[in-house]
Amino acid sequence: MKKNFFYFILISLIIFVFVLLYTAVFKSKSYIPATTINKKIKEFSAKDLFTDNEIEIKDLIHDKKITIINIWSSWCAPCRNEHIYLMKLSQDSKINLIGLNYKDDRSKAEVFIQELGNPFFKILEDPDGLISIDMGAYGVPETYIIDDKLNIIRKFIGELTFSNYEEIIDIINK
Amino acid sequence: MLITQIGNYSLILGLFLSIFFIFYLILILYGFIKIKLNNIYSILFIQLFSVLISFFSLIYSFVISNFTNETVYNNSHTTKPLFYKISGTWGNHEGSLLLWLLVLTLFIFLFFIDSKKQPKIYRLYTLVFQQIIILGFFLFVLFTSNPFSYIFPVPLEGLGLNPILQDPALAIHPPILYLGYVGSSIIFSASLSALVSKHINNFWAQHIKKWIFISWIFLTLGIMLGSIWAYYELGWGGFWFWDPVENVSLMPWFCLTALLHSILVLEKRSELKSWTIILSITTFSLSMSGTFLVRSGILNSVHTFANDPGRGVFILTFLFILILISILIFFFFKTEENVRENKIYWLSRETSILVNNWFMIFFLAVVFIGTTYPIFLEVLTSEKISVGPPFYNKLLIPFLIPFLIFMAIGPNLKWIKNDFKKVNFYKFFVFIFLCFITFIFAEKFKIKNLFTIILIISSLYLLISSIGDLIFKRKNISQNISHFGFSILILSIVLNGILSKEFSGNMKIGEEVKFYNEIIKFKKVETFNRENYKSVIATFEIENNKKKLILLKPELRIYNQPNIITSEADIKSSFYEDKFLVFSVLKKNNIFNVRYQVKPFMIWIWVSTLLIIFGGFVRLIKIK
Repeated sequence: MKKNFFYFILISLIIFVFVLLYTAVFKSKSYIPATTINKKIKEFSAKDLFTDNEIEIKDLIHDKKITIINIWSSWCAPCRNEHIYLMKLSQDSKINLIGLNYKDDRSKAEVFIQELGNPFFKILEDPDGLISIDMGAYGVPETYIIDDKLNIIRKFIGELTFSNYEEIIDIINK
Repeated sequence: MLITQIGNYSLILGLFLSIFFIFYLILILYGFIKIKLNNIYSILFIQLFSVLISFFSLIYSFVISNFTNETVYNNSHTTKPLFYKISGTWGNHEGSLLLWLLVLTLFIFLFFIDSKKQPKIYRLYTLVFQQIIILGFFLFVLFTSNPFSYIFPVPLEGLGLNPILQDPALAIHPPILYLGYVGSSIIFSASLSALVSKHINNFWAQHIKKWIFISWIFLTLGIMLGSIWAYYELGWGGFWFWDPVENVSLMPWFCLTALLHSILVLEKRSELKSWTIILSITTFSLSMSGTFLVRSGILNSVHTFANDPGRGVFILTFLFILILISILIFFFFKTEENVRENKIYWLSRETSILVNNWFMIFFLAVVFIGTTYPIFLEVLTSEKISVGPPFYNKLLIPFLIPFLIFMAIGPNLKWIKNDFKKVNFYKFFVFIFLCFITFIFAEKFKIKNLFTIILIISSLYLLISSIGDLIFKRKNISQNISHFGFSILILSIVLNGILSKEFSGNMKIGEEVKFYNEIIKFKKVETFNRENYKSVIATFEIENNKKKLILLKPELRIYNQPNIITSEADIKSSFYEDKFLVFSVLKKNNIFNVRYQVKPFMIWIWVSTLLIIFGGFVRLIKIK
């Protein structure tokens, strides 16, 4: 009897620890370096993917809309996955969505857009990745929400998920 | 590319072999098939070979910068030196798991060759348990972290390996640590199998002792390499930070060290059977939870590989299944130990080893609570706390004192029963003499903390008594060496802690600063272009009061891919102390932040750890 009781306690303890750790795994760990929030992104100019004109980022900022910069590449698999959320976001009239094409081949990028649709108001080229690095990006994809004074409001590292999408909608409607 | 295919399919072959093998072994154990040892050898060898092939094909992909492979793309770059291309193979999550698998299959193969004298049933059961672990890892690698995923279209350039991981000590740190972890899995399977086949006796203890020593040696070496890396590369001027990931490797070490001692009791006296089994199970469970904590992304630290909940859940489930299975087996097959064959006396070697085990379990508990409590608290209350060095120092240091004294006394006691009158009392005078010397020393260096003084006394006591045993008794050289090493380790850590000096401030080129009896002179800064980074080297001169000059050249490295700046401290080690200098750029030009540290007895921390390992090594050779 005593042994069974001990047995029972031990097993329930183990199950408790399991549940606890299980929850811990699913807690959001999307870690945003505190230093990048409320920082300005550097002003830059880049070539337009389709027209080849040099465009200043300042000229693309709207004071009535919130600007979202998405860094993407045709060779990046997660970019493909997050594309549906970008397409949805592009339908929102309060959003000014700008693409930054990271270290890509122009023809491949065009094929990517033809295939999956173009959510972007403008697509700028970043052939050597320097603009992205200056923005503090670690890789592709990354998504930056910025205000009209180029301050970073929120930054998403990696593929956008549905919950990220909802969060963006919340920020827009605030 | 073909090489990726080869790697992938040979992994899948290994997985199917594992499933087939488990069924095959069970059929043999139930008597449906006759046992053919040659078949078993071949299966084990083919499995090892298939993992080896996929491991080498991954290395090859890294060497030729095959960016069709996602793992290579994420962790390599064409401009990286060849050495780090190769070490990059296991410097990432996917590749390191492949290394786990390789070591797992290698060790079980060696185990099977090595255990020829043991009963057949025991060997077969060990294979079954070990294959279950191997199967789990195969599934984990193939379904959640396949190192052979394709990327299409093919990127021209990779993302590069994190520069702070580009270090020789770190290149061999993970493989060595894995040898330790995986060794503990062999001990785990062997213990369960010994339980099931009722083979827990001194004959078994003699045989498993070898594996305990092997994994203990590698685990200790692995922890030491990690610590060396932290000291030389992270540039924080310390060697142990009580970071959760460091703790995670320390916890199985405590457990394994306890096991290392208690197995001797089992071997010599056929006692502590259940306790030994519990320790074996715990050691492996702790190694696995280490893997879980590091890989699940629960912790944020330099070691975190990937924040993928899927992986975390897989290891967690696998870990708990293993724990539950082992608990069930333990309760089901445990033999009653209520009727003791032998009596245990309070003054005997057995008791002293038990005392060692209590201490080890206490240290383990402290580190365990310090590491996991913040995680639990965050889940339950969303509150973030961090447990740092003060917690560990306060809880561990006071207990180190009796621990050190027991380490000096215990090994001199006899097995079974020691006559109280035969206890050597001359050592007592040595102790008093040491107290006297230490107090003079403390007075000179103005050490006020009583704990520190007593700690120094007790480690000196251990030092002298183990030297004494080494010279006069020579009965157990390996143990004397290890205990001697441990006394030096504690002594150098304590002295390093209390006698370290640090200067930190901003300096211009050409400026001089007086620091205690030395003058720090900032001479110049030069810039060089290297293979995959730009290097900024500063030259400092340290002049002491005898006008002797020491040159220190710390470096800043600006890596091109990924774009990260790392600072390489320049460290001049000597017999007596380390001089450590690191600098970084401030926003304003020409002004640099300089941190200069004098750290006494630093080199002795590594030397003493090597001594401890050497002791274990001597013992291992003697077993054969």
